[in-house]
Amino acid sequence: MAKQKNIHRVPREADHIDRSLKHAFDELAAEPLPERFTDLLEQLRKAELHKKDIQ
Amino acid sequence: MTADPRDELTEHLGALRAFALSLTRNSATADDLVQDTLIKAWSNIEKFNAGSNMRAWLFTILRNTFYSLRRKRKREVEDADGSLALALASKPDHDGRLNMRDFMQAFEKLPDTQREALILVGAGGFSYEEAAETCGVAVGTIKSRVGRARASLADLLSLQDDEALELTDSVTAGILSNGPVN
Repeated sequence: MAKQKNIHRVPREADHIDRSLKHAFDELAAEPLPERFTDLLEQLRKAELHKKDIQ
Repeated sequence: MTADPRDELTEHLGALRAFALSLTRNSATADDLVQDTLIKAWSNIEKFNAGSNMRAWLFTILRNTFYSLRRKRKREVEDADGSLALALASKPDHDGRLNMRDFMQAFEKLPDTQREALILVGAGGFSYEEAAETCGVAVGTIKSRVGRARASLADLLSLQDDEALELTDSVTAGILSNGPVN
């Protein structure tokens, strides 16, 4: 079945702006993450386990 | 045994960092903001409604933390270092997209409220309702901010709105005409 087209008429400037912004956001979100975040989550997880152990 | 929603946090790190960068425009401050957000989310996980939108919940925490921090340390948090433009400076441009460095430099000049509204709705895929809840304002306010942000960017980039495009891309079309596609 052919995919139904979702056609909208939009201003060219808004199209450029939103495509560029989405592209930029996706690029930033895909950047390698600092290890501090995964290290932090690991520390929090260990602390949580320790807390459960002593309860 | 139910899954711990905290296991999902890792999936949102990249988007959280991108949102933090868009707010702070400073990579060091953005990373501190993400770290604070993770700690708050972890210690308040019981306030998260399982099955609801975790990204929206995390973005709300990050945003509130940003404005709280900025009230306390106004100068430091507003010390934009061009991180957004720099992060994208080496990226190639693609057909139909603006020069990324020029674009991000213009984006960084927008007021905080317009920047966050356009990021949430235009890039983050949030509905106007979700963006309004995240920002703690009315839906109409978000729509107005998104409209003003687009107009300001078009002005800054000297774009001409002299013709219209017919788009078949449902995501982009939804973002531009009727709000986000869910």
